[in-house]
Amino acid sequence: MLETSKEQWTARFVEVIARASTQLPPDVVEALRQGRQREDEGSLAARALDTVLRNIELAAGNWQPICQDTGTPLVWIHHPVGMSTRLLTGAFEEAVRQATARQLLRPNAVDPLLDKNTGNGAAPGIPTVHCEEWDEAGVEVRMMLKGGGCENVGAQYTLPNPALKADRNLEGVKRCILDAIYKAQGKGCSPGIIGACFGGDRGSGFLESKRQLLRRLDDRNPIPELDAMEREIFDKANQLGIGPMGFGGSTTVLGVKIGYLGRLPASYFVSVSYMCWANRRAGAFFAPDGSVTWLE
Amino acid sequence: MKLQLPCDEVTIRSLKVGDFVELSGRLITGRDSAHHWLIKEMREEVLPMMRGSVIYHVGPVVKKHEDGSYSFVAAGPTTSAREEPYQAEVIGRYGLRGVIGKGGMGPKTLAGLQQYGAVYFHAIGGAAQVLAQSVKRVETVFQLEEFGVPEALWVIQVEDFPVVVTMDSHGGSLHAAVDAASKSQLDALLGLSA
Repeated sequence: MLETSKEQWTARFVEVIARASTQLPPDVVEALRQGRQREDEGSLAARALDTVLRNIELAAGNWQPICQDTGTPLVWIHHPVGMSTRLLTGAFEEAVRQATARQLLRPNAVDPLLDKNTGNGAAPGIPTVHCEEWDEAGVEVRMMLKGGGCENVGAQYTLPNPALKADRNLEGVKRCILDAIYKAQGKGCSPGIIGACFGGDRGSGFLESKRQLLRRLDDRNPIPELDAMEREIFDKANQLGIGPMGFGGSTTVLGVKIGYLGRLPASYFVSVSYMCWANRRAGAFFAPDGSVTWLE
Repeated sequence: MKLQLPCDEVTIRSLKVGDFVELSGRLITGRDSAHHWLIKEMREEVLPMMRGSVIYHVGPVVKKHEDGSYSFVAAGPTTSAREEPYQAEVIGRYGLRGVIGKGGMGPKTLAGLQQYGAVYFHAIGGAAQVLAQSVKRVETVFQLEEFGVPEALWVIQVEDFPVVVTMDSHGGSLHAAVDAASKSQLDALLGLSA
């Protein structure tokens, strides 16, 4: 059984954080390579993507942070019945402090009341850990590090939106998402990955839009309507000409992932989260026998 | 092309949007807290490090060694737009010849670049390892205790630090051009064209 101490969970979580911060998932690297092939030789876009690809290799080889903005650690943990969520959450918070001390993370948490960096990577709400019980005997951890530059270009719309000719339907949702991509330009470190949610309230909608970013770039949405939306927005976004870093070019987004939640009759939110090219996802399954399986 | 820092106004005014440049020499880092601090009053102690050089918008990961020295572990650019209210004044007051950042800046900074003879260099966002490799030495640091590691003003020596000129001293801005072109394209895709 998973009778492990808080210290042992902390040590395991530090490993997950190390992987997230330094090793970019293979599907993201592949999408960047494909983007590079689409760009003209000698263009600023090609040069930017060459630098990005070289950076990914350097970070992976040296186990150093891919980006100095090591972001907000967003964590989803599935655990068996009866496990303490306080223990898991506390262990993850401690893991963030230890990873920060080891320069796997930057001291990235500011106390806005004191207007001072806490120095250890943790503060109220950082990291954000969501624990959910499941029927498996093991523990699954999925996390991402989401940088501030891309977080700042996230957007939330309410439908209808007359300026975009966006009504309360799936066509309206698409229009909002495309507008958010246009407005972000290169500021979220394009080429980006779009996580979106329609429905929900202002809080739940954004959270679901971020959870969508845990998906592999090469997966397919099992809901046909959403799958079609994802593909259409991907194609159109890459016709905008924003390109890597906003230098111009044909690689503006690497993927579009869309989910939905129930809404109130009065509300129709479209929440769009932008993830930079440094889409630092990591996942692990800890089996009852102590073995670890890394998830992509 | 290669550019040695500090440099003079004529050299900077010869740069145009789209130029790929490798910077070498001494520069200073500074982001949000630093810009507030630089504006609040004249900081004579940093003036010699800034005149003729550039300020780099970055919040690095820094390692402190046992002998008390520092090295940059990860050092890609941060979003420059937040410094838009302050940048032109900082350039003028401290005699900067440029800014390194990401995402570009707005009309106030663009006007400042024209007025004082400076450019905006765009580094590759997220390329923290490639760029940290170009940082050869940390000379000194200001406001470390007060602002913390990411926000302190680090004086560093760089070698062949790769950047692209995206705003020049003649009013040219790649960001404005890409924004306008992508807006037309968006309007066409959504059938919003006037």
